[in-house]
Amino acid sequence: MKPSLSPYHYTGGRKTEAGRPTILFIHGAGHDHSVWTLQSRHFASHGWNVIAPDLPGHGRSAGPQLGSIEALADWIIDFASGLNLGPVALAGHSMGSLIALEAAARAPQMVSYLMLIGSVAPMPVAAPLLDATLSNRDKAHAMINQWSYAPRAQLGASSIPGMNLTALNERLMQRQAAGVLHQDMAACNAYTGGFDAAARVSCPSLLLSAALDRMTPPKATTPLAAAFPATTNLRKVVIPGAGHAMMSEAPGAVLDALWNFVGAFPSSAQEP
Amino acid sequence: MPIHRNAGADTLALHAGQTPDPVHRSRATPIHFTTSYVFEDSEQAAALFNQERAGHVYSRISNPTNAVLEERIAALDGGVGAIACASGQAALMLAITTLMGQGGHIVASRSLYGGSHNLLGYTLPRFGIHTTFVPAGDHQAWRDAIRPETRLLFGESIGNPGLEVLDIPAISAIAHDARVPLLVDATLVTPSLQCPIDLGADLVMHSATKYLGGHGVAIGGLLVDGGSFDWEGSGGNFPTLTEPYDGFHGMDFTEESSIAAFLLRARREGLRDFGACLSPMNAFQILQGMETLGLRMERHVANARQLVAHLVKHPLVESVSWPELDSHPDHPLAARLLPKGCGGVFSFSLKGGRKGGTAFIEGLRLFSHLANVGDAKSLAIHPASTTHFRMSPEALLAAGITEGTIRLSTGLETAADLIEDLDRGLYAAQKATA
Repeated sequence: MKPSLSPYHYTGGRKTEAGRPTILFIHGAGHDHSVWTLQSRHFASHGWNVIAPDLPGHGRSAGPQLGSIEALADWIIDFASGLNLGPVALAGHSMGSLIALEAAARAPQMVSYLMLIGSVAPMPVAAPLLDATLSNRDKAHAMINQWSYAPRAQLGASSIPGMNLTALNERLMQRQAAGVLHQDMAACNAYTGGFDAAARVSCPSLLLSAALDRMTPPKATTPLAAAFPATTNLRKVVIPGAGHAMMSEAPGAVLDALWNFVGAFPSSAQEP
Repeated sequence: MPIHRNAGADTLALHAGQTPDPVHRSRATPIHFTTSYVFEDSEQAAALFNQERAGHVYSRISNPTNAVLEERIAALDGGVGAIACASGQAALMLAITTLMGQGGHIVASRSLYGGSHNLLGYTLPRFGIHTTFVPAGDHQAWRDAIRPETRLLFGESIGNPGLEVLDIPAISAIAHDARVPLLVDATLVTPSLQCPIDLGADLVMHSATKYLGGHGVAIGGLLVDGGSFDWEGSGGNFPTLTEPYDGFHGMDFTEESSIAAFLLRARREGLRDFGACLSPMNAFQILQGMETLGLRMERHVANARQLVAHLVKHPLVESVSWPELDSHPDHPLAARLLPKGCGGVFSFSLKGGRKGGTAFIEGLRLFSHLANVGDAKSLAIHPASTTHFRMSPEALLAAGITEGTIRLSTGLETAADLIEDLDRGLYAAQKATA
């Protein structure tokens, strides 16, 4: 993979422009920007600036990798500030959702909307998986795929014609440098600030889950949802038939949920 | 590193890529006989064209029945995805044109299916793409043939006509040292006997016409991407994948998909523009065949073993060429890379030369005399009087064929009946040459 000294970010195939609303997509553990392709292209072609970075040490972005959710949240805040595009809508998946949550709490002036996808807090990582990310990456990748995809995708069926989604995910994790997945998982496991962070979020927020998610099941989002202030506009949406990897398993449903969420607020509504 | 399979090969062959149709609850894969798909509205239409939403637009580019076949072969082969094509030749052409244009160079095994040899040796040079052919087993020749403009190494799991076994781990290492992908034609082995991606290949192609379908009723090809090749790490050698493409929204395919850039370009350009797509009827027929792939391949191998055992002892047979035999130069390689068997295709040489070969073929009753392999029915051909009839005895020898060489594709019939039929042909050959 082509390394980049400065953080790489994908823009959904369009250039960014001042004056447009901006959405910043944060990928999960062992991933890169490419998990957001379908959703981000839609936002980019409908009047939004799209910023989907590869986190430090992931994909095309050079390291060093950052070892805690708090450090990654600070990095996102600095990165978003450096864009000079004003407040951003933050959308994060799994580990990326924790980063988004913590960033929204730390820099509320920077965040216009918060979208947590496949998110629970705390996000404990099962000991056998955490061990495997260190001792046997191949086994860890297989375990992640087992828990991240609904039965349909486990047997090779895909909403993206011709693609084998679990294999795609496995190769993406293999493509990251050794140790990256472990450090990401360890950061998720160690993060205890989710409820405190949620209590400080005042922007409109979305908790997007998938009905067949075994990593972050919908019912497990309840404590996190309860931690948001009662005054915060919080929505919960559950996508049927998909698992934790919902951006690839149900790309249209994820896009609809995000688009409908930001579109529900007059300040962000964009006509095509 | 091989991709983890979520189920056994026989389970994947039956289920991968298909869940029962949610509207009508059809258990079998429906045949989506349609050229095009109704857009929900203008917004959804634009989103499909801009690749903001997944779905089907036009069956030349994708089709729901074809998608099941693509996802099934990808799951079996350990690939990140696949593209169904009009034929095996179309799959090969799609792979090549996705990777290179004029000035590109290929290093290929000399032991290739004749159609592939024609494409590489005669047709593609007209378009500025040249190929250096090397002996399949000569690793140094592979290395020496690589040039700065080489963009692909290509060979067959089991080559034609000498059944040379490709040392995929070694050849893929040579390819990767040169930052070039290895494409393997796995038609004669299928995922039942060998998954080249697991052994280091980057791309795999199949003529699905053969064992995958198995019934001999549908022409089709499949191109599978292992998703492991780093196109961006190849020093700018693959601009079709790493630079913006004006023909599709200025898309940089590796930026768009870190892993599946090859498939993205192949579908968005190759299928769209060259148009060698598979009919959904053929996709359905090939899927029907694949459901029993594991069972059939076991039987093909078992029958071939019985036929070979009979022929090696026969006084009219000069030699038998099959990698499972100790006498085959690639026997140790086959034991390592093809432990489940070497398929059902093998060749043998009659003592009676060209005349004996012709008489043998005409003496057969069960074996069909035709130019194909991998059918459920047993097939036979005498290359010196058919596929290679223009060649002199010397040229035949250079190609690894004698005037008495017979190629058999062992079918699924009762082995005793096949042996009886071989004896019938051998008796005819003996009479003709007495």
